[in-house]
Amino acid sequence: MNTPRVSSSANDTRRQGPRVRRRLALVLALLALAGAGLLARAVDLQVVRREFLQQQGDARFLREIPIPVSRGSIFDRNGEPLAVSTPVDSLWANPPELLAHTDRIPALAAALGVNAAELQRRLEQRANLQFVYLRRLMSPDAARAVLALHTPGVYEQREYRRYYPMGDVAAQVLGFTNINDQGQEGLELAYNSWLSGTPGLQRVIRDRLGQIVQSVDLVREPKPGHNLTLSIDRRIQYLAYHDLEQAVTKHDARAASMVVMDVRTGEILAMVNLPSFNPNDLTGSTPGEWRNRAVTDVFEPGSVMKAFSLSAALTTGKWTPTTPIDTAPGWYMMDGYTIRDTADFGKLDMTGVITNSSNVGASKITATFSEKRLYDILHGFGFGRSTDSGFPGEASGLLPVYTSWRPINRVTISYGYGLNVTALQLAQAYSALADGGILHHPTFVKGDDNPPERVLPEHYAREMVGMLRTVVSPAGTAPMARIANYTVAGKTGTAHQAGGGGYLKDKYYSVFCGMVPASDPRLVGVVVVRDPQHGHFGGTVATPVFRRVMEGALRLLDVPPDHVQQWYSQLPPAATSSASAGAAP
Amino acid sequence: MSRTLLRAEVFLRRLLLRPRLDLPLLAALLLLAALGLFFLASAADLSWRTIGGQALRFVIGFAVLYTIARVPPAQFRRWTPPLYATSLLLLLLVLVHGEGSGADRWLNLGVVRFQPSELLKLTMPMMVAWYLARRPLPPSWRDTGAVLLLIALPAVLIAKQPDLGTALLVVMAGAFALFLSGLSLRRIGLMFAVLLALLPVAWHHMHDYQRERVLTLLNPESDPLGTGWHIIQSEIAVGSGGVLGKGFMQGTQAQLQFLPEHTTDFILAVVGEEFGLAAVLLLLALYLFIIGRSLWIASNARDTYARLLGGALALSFFVYVLVNGGMISGLLPVVGVPLPLVSYGGTSAVSLLAGFGVLMSIHAHRKFMK
Repeated sequence: MNTPRVSSSANDTRRQGPRVRRRLALVLALLALAGAGLLARAVDLQVVRREFLQQQGDARFLREIPIPVSRGSIFDRNGEPLAVSTPVDSLWANPPELLAHTDRIPALAAALGVNAAELQRRLEQRANLQFVYLRRLMSPDAARAVLALHTPGVYEQREYRRYYPMGDVAAQVLGFTNINDQGQEGLELAYNSWLSGTPGLQRVIRDRLGQIVQSVDLVREPKPGHNLTLSIDRRIQYLAYHDLEQAVTKHDARAASMVVMDVRTGEILAMVNLPSFNPNDLTGSTPGEWRNRAVTDVFEPGSVMKAFSLSAALTTGKWTPTTPIDTAPGWYMMDGYTIRDTADFGKLDMTGVITNSSNVGASKITATFSEKRLYDILHGFGFGRSTDSGFPGEASGLLPVYTSWRPINRVTISYGYGLNVTALQLAQAYSALADGGILHHPTFVKGDDNPPERVLPEHYAREMVGMLRTVVSPAGTAPMARIANYTVAGKTGTAHQAGGGGYLKDKYYSVFCGMVPASDPRLVGVVVVRDPQHGHFGGTVATPVFRRVMEGALRLLDVPPDHVQQWYSQLPPAATSSASAGAAP
Repeated sequence: MSRTLLRAEVFLRRLLLRPRLDLPLLAALLLLAALGLFFLASAADLSWRTIGGQALRFVIGFAVLYTIARVPPAQFRRWTPPLYATSLLLLLLVLVHGEGSGADRWLNLGVVRFQPSELLKLTMPMMVAWYLARRPLPPSWRDTGAVLLLIALPAVLIAKQPDLGTALLVVMAGAFALFLSGLSLRRIGLMFAVLLALLPVAWHHMHDYQRERVLTLLNPESDPLGTGWHIIQSEIAVGSGGVLGKGFMQGTQAQLQFLPEHTTDFILAVVGEEFGLAAVLLLLALYLFIIGRSLWIASNARDTYARLLGGALALSFFVYVLVNGGMISGLLPVVGVPLPLVSYGGTSAVSLLAGFGVLMSIHAHRKFMK
């Protein structure tokens, strides 16, 4: 085809011009279409989907961060600290920010005392997060030393660590908190929401790297935790711990508990358990040591129950403290079981049954009235039901309903077998006797007096206390319980441990429950020693602990002596107790 | 002193009374540049270094525009083959020893670093126009093949850098000139069909990151922290701006660094976020006016060369706006195309204004009607 090499411009204009113009018109149409497309998209994003995208945008930079608050302190009844929160610092890192300065990691690792390669790997694993703890709960000085490096992306966070000044002494009662300052055991758990307060909430603007650019507003005011004042008396608690530990060591016992209760209010003045642990450092301690055995562990109480089965006898009107009962020959058979005393006590009155702790006497007396009466009195005194102390994991014990009893059950229950109880239930029941038949539910909080219940007419309660006073006489089972210048009433118990389908031959619970001063009781003390090795009678293992602790507690609480003439007429207290120890079985 | 004043007066009088420049287009460009500086100031957190640098480039750009406008199109036509050859040479040079992060696109000339591929955006349509203007129109199959070869040569070199986005834009600039020459729609359709058939081959030769971008566009939520990040953050920025925007420097997406490249390729998202739909509409209107005016100038050109070149330049400009806008709003894949005269960046602003210089020159030497 013959084509001209150069077309003239005139020719161009005439022949090619319109064609190009047509093309341009087509292009213009396309242009308008594309413009309209972009416009539609802009409207779609900025008007139609605006709300959603706005929300998405806000979600990217608005954050709510908590403002830490300190946990409330726990005080004893005199305002002495039992658990306090001390400020400590935790260091955390923003991985993307820190990883941008890899060269600073070795120095940081050295200051933290960790391996640099390890730290870097940890950060890289969490490179898409904005928060990683470097180290928690450091002393403020140590944290400041690390912060002085001014490593980018390393920040501090104020936290609070729990400190228990009494250490092992009140460990199980107080319990402990976890690393996040939340109660895990004991009263720390029971009163967690009261103690922990509400962290504040601050709304902030954060950029892509997670750095806080600006604080916007306070969403919620931080509310520090409330303080808690317990009924515990730190001094009595310490006494109890000290003396119980001595007894446990001396008798090589497996475990032991003691409860001291204020008779008039039900307030628990001391509660100790062994073995114990240091709540300030849980490493090496076991959950077995964390348990508040006085509240959570049940056992068959043995003879200490006679005080209640014989109280039931008093309510029949047929029995008085002087009513005679023949216990000869010191044993009898029933349904193939032998009921046995430690000796043949012969003819006794009801007081003598208590004084000598005669199983034969107690069971014979109990056989004279209805099972329902026995059950109602025991249940009334709080056995087989929770004490409502509010302590986490509290056991209610077991008191079978009388309709399910076989004849032998009534007999064994009268001297404390065939039911199980906690040390706290015993303390509650003895307090009820001590306060003239009025049961106060025990409490750990000072001044928290639950409505009391009358469980026994007052004169029967006084009669029973009178009988219990004979137990500490030289003729009774617990002369070692005597305290100079004060009258004491109480009851010993030595119960075989149940296990393996029967009772274990050489394993006992050694128990003493008592009240002082007996003329107008103020305090009840319950001592339970599990599995003592050298001597097992309640009178020799548990009683000395009771005496020493109560002696100190009476002095600390400034309780006026009710038996002063003894001070003039008798031997000094130490000599008295050792002389009695020699005479008692 | 008075001499300089007199000179300035003479210059101004010439400019206003005997304009060799198209004043409406110039005014629109100046307005756009001013708006661009304002948006950039907000996006760059009032960094005077960034704003000053951009302002300086505008000064250079408009000087280049004025200078080029005084050169008649016939002159360009004569210089076209050597200019095209030089750009090709520079591209080869970049392949041998260029620098840049990730992709080698930059050539260091000691004083300035620039991307030779930017040059092709101008010399490519010039070359196609030069070739077609010498041949009878509409072009024969042979001429079409020759033009396609002229287009493909630099495009392959640029794609190898690798800079697929620019390569496509350069191809488009050349293709527009070919299209305006009156190539029959049937042939265009045929070529598109071939192109479509070749797509799998292209996919096979693409780099992994390029494939990822295409896949990400189809489903941005598939990798929200990785390649989907740009699109998601950009949509959020534009959408959360609403009709009136969040205000000067108040865009949370831009100022808190959620939006990547917020002073360069993604500046339109900042505009949408901080100044809302209103500003987006204003920009769109301005762009459409500039494009329309440019096309009008092209259609009134004196000869085929000028007409094809002017039209191709105007349409290229339109494509920049379209591709950038589509990318910001999540309609097109993320390719590194700046928003003309608003995005921060030197070579782009200067080469664009140089293109408008060519259009001004075409306007000044237009055919005389009536």
